Formats: sequence, C-alpha cells, structure tokens
Amino acid sequence: MARSLETLQKQYHSTHKPGAPQMGGGGPRGGRGGGQRGMGGKPKNMKKTVGRLLRYVGKYKALLFVVLIFMMLNTVASLVGGYMTRPIINQLSEYVGLEVDRETLSSPIYQALDTAIRALKDSAVGFIGGMVGDGFNEKATAVMFYIAATIMILVCIYAFTILTNYLQARVMVTISQNSIEKIRNDLFTKLQKLPVRFFDTHPTGEVMSRFTNDVDNIDVMLNNSLTSIVSGVISLVGTFVFMVTTNIWLTLITVVFVPFFAIGGAKIAGASRKYYSGQQAALGAANGYVEETVTGQKVVKVFNHESTCCEEFETLNEDLRDKQMKAQFYGGIMGPIMHNTSMISYSVTIGVGGILMVMGRLDPGALQLFAQYSKQFSMPINNISQQTAAIFSALAGAERVFAVMDEAPETPDGEGAIDMPDMKGDVVFENVTFGYNPDKVILKNLTLYAHPGQKIAFVGSTGAGKTTVTNLLSRFYDIESGTITIDGVNIKDIKRDSLRSNIAMVLQDTHLFTGTVMENIRYGRPDATDDEVVQAAKTASAHSFIMRLENGYDTMLEGDGANLSQGQRQLLNIARAALSKAPILVLDEATSSVDTRTERHIEHGMDRLMATRTTFVIAHRLSTVRNSNAIMVLEQGEIIERGTHEQLLEMKGRYYELYTGKRELD
Amino acid sequence: MKKWMKYVKPYLLYFILGPLCMIIEVIGEVLMPLYLAEVINGAVYGTLTTESSLWAMVKMIGTAIMMMIGGVGGSYFGAKASVNFAADLRADLFRKVQTYSFANIDKFSTGSLVTRLTNDVTQLQNFVNMMLRMMLRSPGMLIGGVIMAIKLSPSLSIVMAVTIPLLLLAITFIIARGMPRFSKMQTKIDTLNSTVQENITNVRVVKSFVREDFETEKFGKANSELKGAGMSAMKNMIFMQPVQTFFMYITTGLVIWFGSQLVINNYDAGITNFSVGELSSFINYVSQILFSLMMVTMMLMISSRALASAKRIREVLDEDIDIKDADGIDTDAKIEGGKIEFRGVAYRYYKNSAEPVLSDINLTIEAGQTVGIIGSTGCGKTTLVSLIPRLYDADEGEILIDGKNVKDYSLYHLREGVGMVLQKNVLFSGTIEDNLRWGNENATDEEMMAAAESAQADKFVKNFTNGYQTELGQGGVNVSGGQKQRLCIARALLKNPKIIILDDSTSAVDTATEAQIRKAFSNELAASTKIIIAQRISSVKDADMIVVMDDGRITGVGTHDSLLSSNTEYQEIYNSQISGKAGA
Repeated sequence: MARSLETLQKQYHSTHKPGAPQMGGGGPRGGRGGGQRGMGGKPKNMKKTVGRLLRYVGKYKALLFVVLIFMMLNTVASLVGGYMTRPIINQLSEYVGLEVDRETLSSPIYQALDTAIRALKDSAVGFIGGMVGDGFNEKATAVMFYIAATIMILVCIYAFTILTNYLQARVMVTISQNSIEKIRNDLFTKLQKLPVRFFDTHPTGEVMSRFTNDVDNIDVMLNNSLTSIVSGVISLVGTFVFMVTTNIWLTLITVVFVPFFAIGGAKIAGASRKYYSGQQAALGAANGYVEETVTGQKVVKVFNHESTCCEEFETLNEDLRDKQMKAQFYGGIMGPIMHNTSMISYSVTIGVGGILMVMGRLDPGALQLFAQYSKQFSMPINNISQQTAAIFSALAGAERVFAVMDEAPETPDGEGAIDMPDMKGDVVFENVTFGYNPDKVILKNLTLYAHPGQKIAFVGSTGAGKTTVTNLLSRFYDIESGTITIDGVNIKDIKRDSLRSNIAMVLQDTHLFTGTVMENIRYGRPDATDDEVVQAAKTASAHSFIMRLENGYDTMLEGDGANLSQGQRQLLNIARAALSKAPILVLDEATSSVDTRTERHIEHGMDRLMATRTTFVIAHRLSTVRNSNAIMVLEQGEIIERGTHEQLLEMKGRYYELYTGKRELD
Repeated sequence: MKKWMKYVKPYLLYFILGPLCMIIEVIGEVLMPLYLAEVINGAVYGTLTTESSLWAMVKMIGTAIMMMIGGVGGSYFGAKASVNFAADLRADLFRKVQTYSFANIDKFSTGSLVTRLTNDVTQLQNFVNMMLRMMLRSPGMLIGGVIMAIKLSPSLSIVMAVTIPLLLLAITFIIARGMPRFSKMQTKIDTLNSTVQENITNVRVVKSFVREDFETEKFGKANSELKGAGMSAMKNMIFMQPVQTFFMYITTGLVIWFGSQLVINNYDAGITNFSVGELSSFINYVSQILFSLMMVTMMLMISSRALASAKRIREVLDEDIDIKDADGIDTDAKIEGGKIEFRGVAYRYYKNSAEPVLSDINLTIEAGQTVGIIGSTGCGKTTLVSLIPRLYDADEGEILIDGKNVKDYSLYHLREGVGMVLQKNVLFSGTIEDNLRWGNENATDEEMMAAAESAQADKFVKNFTNGYQTELGQGGVNVSGGQKQRLCIARALLKNPKIIILDDSTSAVDTATEAQIRKAFSNELAASTKIIIAQRISSVKDADMIVVMDDGRITGVGTHDSLLSSNTEYQEIYNSQISGKAGA
C-alpha cells in the first residue's frame, strides 16, 4: 500500500542527512535529531558573530587596508577611464560640425581632464606626431593629437585598473585562505578537547557539515561577497559623484529608478526564496527516498515491492515537479526583470538627454557617458542584493562554527592530578551511580573490584549498562556519586591522559584510519617496532589474513577498510590493543563478528597477554565470557548475580536461565 | 542524443518557445545601441528635435518592455521544459533501477546509484535550464554584435578579429592551467574531510589511546596542504578578470583610435555612414561581444561537467538487466509445494574468474524440511541460497522447485513463494507496521501481530509507547540490532511463503530467543521449507538435514549426529563452540 504524499514528506523530509548517532549499548540514543544543515538560517546574534569573524581577519588589518585602498583606486580609475570617452566624442562631434556649448563642459572633472590632455598633447609632440602621422589636414591633425593624448592617458589608467584589480584579488586570497585555515584548525583543535558526550549527542554528519558547508560558506563570503559588496558600494558612490558633476537632471532620472530596483528586487527575491525552500524540502524528500530505497534495493526485490516503491516515488517526484517549477520560474525572472528595468531607465536617460541636447544643455560625449553610467549604476545594486543572501548564510554558518568552539571542553585535570606511569591495574568501583541524563539512572550503586591477571565479564540486556562501565573507567563520562579507584588512587586525581594510556580498549563499532595496516595497528604505540606489530597481529590471529592482502602489512586501508570484512576489522582492532602495554584491557563485543573457531584462536593468543593484566570483557555470546574469573550479570544498572561460570550455573538464577535458553536477552 | 529525445518530446513546445523568447531579448539587446547612435548622430548633425528624442525614447522603452516579456517568458518556458525533463528522467531512472538484478546493483554499487539518481540528475537539469536560457542568448548576442559591428564598419571590425582569438587563447591557457590545480584541491578537500570523519567516528579510540595531539597535527598538515592547493588554484583563477579586462580595454582603445580616424576621414570625404554616433555604438558592441564571449566559454565549461553527469545517467538507463522473465513462460505458475533441487550447479561471481564461488552443487531438499547450512565465512552459503529466488542465476546446472526450473516461474510468483531474510537487513523509514506490511499489505492486524509473535518481536514492539505505530528512523536506527533482525524475520513471515530462507539473520539475537523463533517456525510454518544459514551449531542442531560447506563445495550432508561422527569440519566447528570448560 503506497503511502500518501503527506506521510512520505513527513517521514523523508528530515531523513536526507548523513550520519546517524552511533552508540554502544546503553548510551543516550538519538539525542537531538533535527539539526538542519546546509545553507540558510538567519544568524541570531549578528553583531557578536561578525565581531568574532573580524578577529580572524583582523590579524591582517594592514593587508585589509591595502585591499580597501586598491579597491577605491580601482573604482576611481575605471570611472575616470570611462569618462575619457566624453572628451573624445566631443572633439569628434565638433570636428563634424556640432557647436558644443562651453557652459555644459564646466564640470571640474571635465576641466581637469581636459587640461591634463592638453598638457600632455603639448609636451609629447614628437611621440604623438609619430602616432598620428601626416595623413590628415591641419584641423584633423589637431583633433587627432588631442585624441592620441587622451588614449595615452587612457592606456595608463587602464593599466592601473588592471593592476589594482589583480593586486586586490591577490591580497584577498592570502587573507581569506589564511583565515579559513586558522578557523579550520581552531575548530578541529577544539573538537579534540570536547568530551565524548558531545559526539554521542551530535550525529557525525552534523559535525562534519561544520567543516564542509559552514566553513565553505565563510570562505565564499570572504573571497567574493565581501569584496563585491564593498566595491559595489564604492562604485555606487563614485558613479553618483561623476554623474552629479556631469549633469544633474540626468542624474535625477537614474536616482528615480533606484526605489524600483530596491523594492522590485526585494519582492522577487522574497518570493523566490519562499519557493526555493519549498523546492529544497521536496528535493530533500525525493532524494532521501531514493537514497533509502536504492540502499535497500535488494530487500525491495526480495519482497516484490518494486511497484509500490515506484508509486511512492512517483508521488514525491510529482510534488517535486510542481514545487520546482515555481522555484525555477521565480528564480529565473529576477535577472530579466531587473536588467530590463535598468534598460527602461537607460531609455529615459537617452530620451531626456536628447531633449537636453536639443536645448543645448548637454554635449554628445556626456550622453554617451550617461548611457554607460545608468547601466553601471544598476549593476552594484543588483550585486549587493544578491550577495546579502550569501553573507547571511555565511554568518549563520559562522555562528554554528563558533557554537562548537564554545562547547564546554572536558573538565581540565585537577590541581594535584598525578601521572601514573607504573600502574598495576587494581580497579575498584565503589557505590558508583551514573546516568547519561540526570533524570535517568543507568548504573545504580555499582560496586566491584578487579585485580591484575583477572578477567571480569559483563552480561546483560542492551541498555543494562555494560558499556557504561567502561565509559566511566576511561572517564569518557564522569560519575556523579561513588568512587572509582585504580591502585587505590581515585581516577579523578589521575591525569586524564595518563589514565587513558593505561587502558587499552577494543570497541564494538571501531573503525579504521586511512593508512597502512601497519600504521593502524601501531596507532596505540607509535614507537613499537615492526616485529612487535607482527607479533601483536599474530596474537590477534590477524597475521594470516594480513599476509594474504595485496601488500601485506603495507596495504593501504581506505574508506574505513572497505575491502575488509567486519570480522577482519575487529581482528585489527584487537591487534592494536594487543600491541599496547597498558595494564588494563577492555574488550567490548570485540569478537562479535568473528566466527567461533577464530575466536578460540584469539583466546589462546590473548591468554598470555591477559595473565598480567586486568581485563574487562563485554560479550553477547556466553561462550566468550565462560572462562572469566568473575561474571557480572547486569540488569537495569544493577549487578544481580556475580561469580564464575560454574558458580552461576549452580545458583540456577538469571545466568543459568540465559545459558540454558530459558530467558532471552534484548 | 536520440535517446534523450524521449524526455524532450512531450515538452517540445516549451523547448522551442523558451529559446524563442530569449531571441526576443537578444534582438532588443542588439538594437539598443543603435537608438543611442541615432540620438547622438541627430545631435551632431543638428537634425535632433524634441519630438525625435521622445520618439527614440518610446522606441527604446518599447524594446525594453519586449525584452522583459521575452526574458520572463523564456524563464517560464525554460523552467517548464527543464523541470519536466528532469522529473520524467528521474522517474524513469527510478523505475529502471527497480528492475535491476542483484548483479546489476553490485556492478554500480548502491552509493554510486544514489549519486546518479540525485546529484547527476540535478546537474543535468541545471544544465538544460541554463542551455535553454543561454544557448541562444549569449551566442545570439555574440553573433548579433558581430553582425552589427561589421555592418557599422567592416574595417574597424578587423581589430576584433585580431584581439578575440588572442583573448580565447589566454582564457584557454588559464583554464588549462587551472584544471589540474582544481582537481588537486578537490583531492585535498577529500583528504581533509575523511580525516575529520575518521576522527569523529573514532573519537573513543583517539581518546583512549591519547592521540589527540597526533590527530591535531595530522589535521594541521592536511589543512595546510589544502590551503596550499587552494592558494595555487585561486592564484591562477584571479588572472581571469584582469585578462578579460585587458583585452576589453585593448580592443576599446584600438577601436577609439582607428574609429576616430575613420570618422574624420569619412567626414572629409563627405561619407556619412560612420560618424560619431556609430563610433559610440561600435564601442558598445565591443563590450557586448567580449562579454558574450566570456559567457560562452563559461557555458562550455559547465557543459563538460553536465556531459559527464549525462553519461553516468545514460549508463544506468542503458544497463542490460541480466535476470528477467523469459518469453513464453507460464506466468500463472506458482510455487505450491516447496521441494528444491540443485543439479550440478556452479556459479562464478566474475564471469571470467578461474575460481568458482560454487561448484558441483547437487542437493535435494524435500518440501517442509528444515535445513541448516553451516560453514566458514566466504564459503558460498549466501550465494547458494540466493540462487533459489533467482537473485543470481547459476552459470551451470539448474535449480528446480517442485520439479520445475526456477527460470520457468515468473519472477513475481517465484519471489512471492520464497521468503528470504538477508544477512544485510534493512528496515525503511515509516512505522513498524508499514515495514511489516511489506510482507503482505492485505494482512489483517491479527496476522501481522501473529507474525511478529512468531519472530519474538511482538513483546518489545508492544513495549514501545506507540507500539506498531512507532516511527523507525532511516535504516531502523532506533531499534537494537537484535530487534531489527526480529522485525525483518517477522516481515518475511507475514508473506507466509512456501520456502523461507534465513541468512545468518539471528546473529544478534541471543540463543534463547533464537530457540523460540525456531520453535515458532516448526509450529507455524510446518508445511514450508525452511533453510537456515547460521554460525552457531545450536541454530541448526535440530534441523532435518544439515549441509556443511567449504570453499564453494558441499562437504557433508546429514543430521547433527551423523555429521558429528563422520565430518571433520563439522566436528571442528562443534568443538570451538562447545568445549571450553577447560579454558578457565
């Protein structure tokens, strides 16, 4: 039965985002689910965010100032460059018989340029004479001399424009790339200091998107938006000044059209934004559906479910078609409407300019200039309105990045925290009570001890608190009441790094790092020799399969060891722990994907290792824990039975029921 | 190209009207500078009046309004054409993938299929939309500009004939220089991202081995490499604008210089076809031509990316489906009994590989029997059972159900008759009920709950606040591994199949629960053939028949007791799981 559009949208709207919370048993599942990612979102505290961003860029104050200077020079230069056509057109017009009223040329800019041109013309007679040659009559030669001088100035201005344009971009690249590098580094460094709780409550995809989307948006802002807005404003002001000094009436016409741009632009942008987010939601739902269905394609086939899937997809696709049509249309009309509004302004300028010329109040050069300016004037307005959206989403991204940087780090080591280089591994839990959320207790008054050479096992349902015990031991989470001591020292009084380097862990969903097999095994002890690595691999029964890999220990593992089976990955993780000299060993479902025969082999290898260590084992398979010194049966955060395998069987309690199959584990 | 027409044809009108509207805009764009020339010339020659100025203005406003209508129309038809094109394409792709066999899916990998159905389609859609709106616009403005320039003054146009090729050369050089830099930057981005990703997913490992500093250093290196690559790419790209401006200015300067001479000489010779007004419009055309040229090169760059997407989409659509209903089969034939026979079956995963995954398989399973299959990882257990519902086809030999070759059943009825719980279990977004009803959408609530009960899922589902209406996140993230497996079994049970196959589907379920599931199987599904692949001896111990496999071959068939006394492989597995009391 195909589901309705409404249901589908509800179920798939928010699913199209990578990364789901990954947790061992008993952890806080899910956490906050709905972290919307991607563009958009309005920054909440703009002033503060901008301030912090500026601090990153602020290191380059001097360079920023240089960029600003270049921008201004560039804008002025290109305005002047454009202005140069006016005297040229006027000269030519006069040559072909038009009387230009000197009154209209009284603008100081025109006068200054005219003086400069004439001065150059008179001082560089030889050079200009060579340019012009002697093919013209006297009057024409004079005009050509004037034009040649103008072009010489123009060439200088053009060269200057190009140079400043390049330099400004070049300096900005340095500023933005360095600032972005610093932001990324700060973010990552901070990430290393965050407690495990942060990662348990934030899906990987969400944290990743801080590095990808959000930082990228900031990058785009620094590289493009910021410069184009600043230079837009400068050129707007500059153009306005040049216009006013040239002709006040034509300037007024251009200005009258500004509100049309501003209001029209905002209206269309508003509508298109609304439809755009509708389209994104529909696209997200359709893509989410595709992702899930295609990923589960084999199940779809086994259940002959293809036609229902097609039907449901069709529903989502039709909705997408509808929404996309509107979004694309409104997105598409922005350009033509704005552009052609500016064309209307251009038309009016030229019409009125014509009348002014008839009245002798305007020279043809000025009209040509205004034709150019009225186009130029609308461009920065368009640009600025387009870039504000990008700036807002960059600021929203920056705010999310800073939010991560503001997360509380792991509590620092206390004043008198000590190093314990020669830890023996005598572990005692005393009346330990803990919950991931204050309102939900996971472990209640847990008391246990473990001596070096002992193997302590935990058995119990999902959520009983098995993994929590190891989370507390390594201080991934801190306990609320009770004490945990090692060799008689409270673990809160041991430096966190020292504590953790004394515990080797093999975890259930451990992933591998990009690098060779050798590097992966050596991860826990960088100074281990190659021989030691091989020895550890043999202990973990990983040696034989490693030797069968393409390049043995030098085989590159990529994409989380995609070419290895889950069981093989577990063997590598065990090898990694076997290499470690830590006196405490934690095996959390370490062999769940390894077949029982191989598991036996590992056990033989590990026996020697465990002889001198304190080992904690968590396993689903009872055969895995059978030979432990003590087995703890956990239920709802409490140890309900403890003892050796034989003792527990004799007790005929919960363990016995589990072992004989009278009771189930969840 | 012909194959794409399928998606164009229904919307041909839009595909034609869109560009047509754009032509209106182009024509306006090309005409505009002429009006300016008219006014300036009028002023220069003293023929300009207030009326003629106003008339020029009216013509220009009229043109601008036409252009606006053209632009909006072009956007409307362009959106209609490209959106419909993409929607049809997307639907077709999805339908095509639904017909894929397992081998087809394996060939592409699901990740790549997802990208092709999502990103690639979007890429192509954007391309079509852009093409419809730009295809005629930029080249049109380019050609229109060139025509007008030549019409105004052929001799002056020679300037552009020289500068344009040089500009193209420069742009090509910058792009050619930039491509490898950008792809290097992309590689660095990927490295950085995977460093972060690994660090986050492995946070417990990093912390427990106290490698935070090492990780920070590793990231710092990746980050600074990315910065270096980014800088090198950007340093190249920032030449683009200055170079474009350079050629624009050079051309303008030359046009002014030679144009002025032309104006003077023409005047002296009494020729009136190129004067100040024409020079002014010529300058406008120069910027128009160069600007359009830039747009055209940009379009070509985007096109090359879209073409890559188009190719990837084509591959999905053109893929040959290797398993489908043969012609002339009896489409009504259903599985009534459940007797399965393998006769001399062999299978190779890669058709040219020397080592077969399965070879020399001969096996008969009677209807209603319970059969266990056991053997080490990679020995071909999964492949063997996959051949029954034709998830793959055998390369040699044949498989018969109730004496009839599986290829003589329709795929629909074959798979209706075979329920299979895959090793890689997947649940879908939706409620638990939605998921269970995949097995049989017409089942009553009682039937559904009965299936859940048999799979030992009813109890925990009822413990959820919303019971069967509990929403499962994508892939069933909010249930535990064991619960997920039991829901998957319930889903298959609801089908009430004649043959049910469990492929290592109880690995996360504890022994006791598993025993209950097995018990429910023999009670509720007494008449069905049950095939169970397992790692634990206890899972298959009570089966009517146990098949031991090694390296793609069957090495033993018998009951638990007979195998225990005769089959060394079985003994080994048994010992690894049972003995162990001595270990402590």
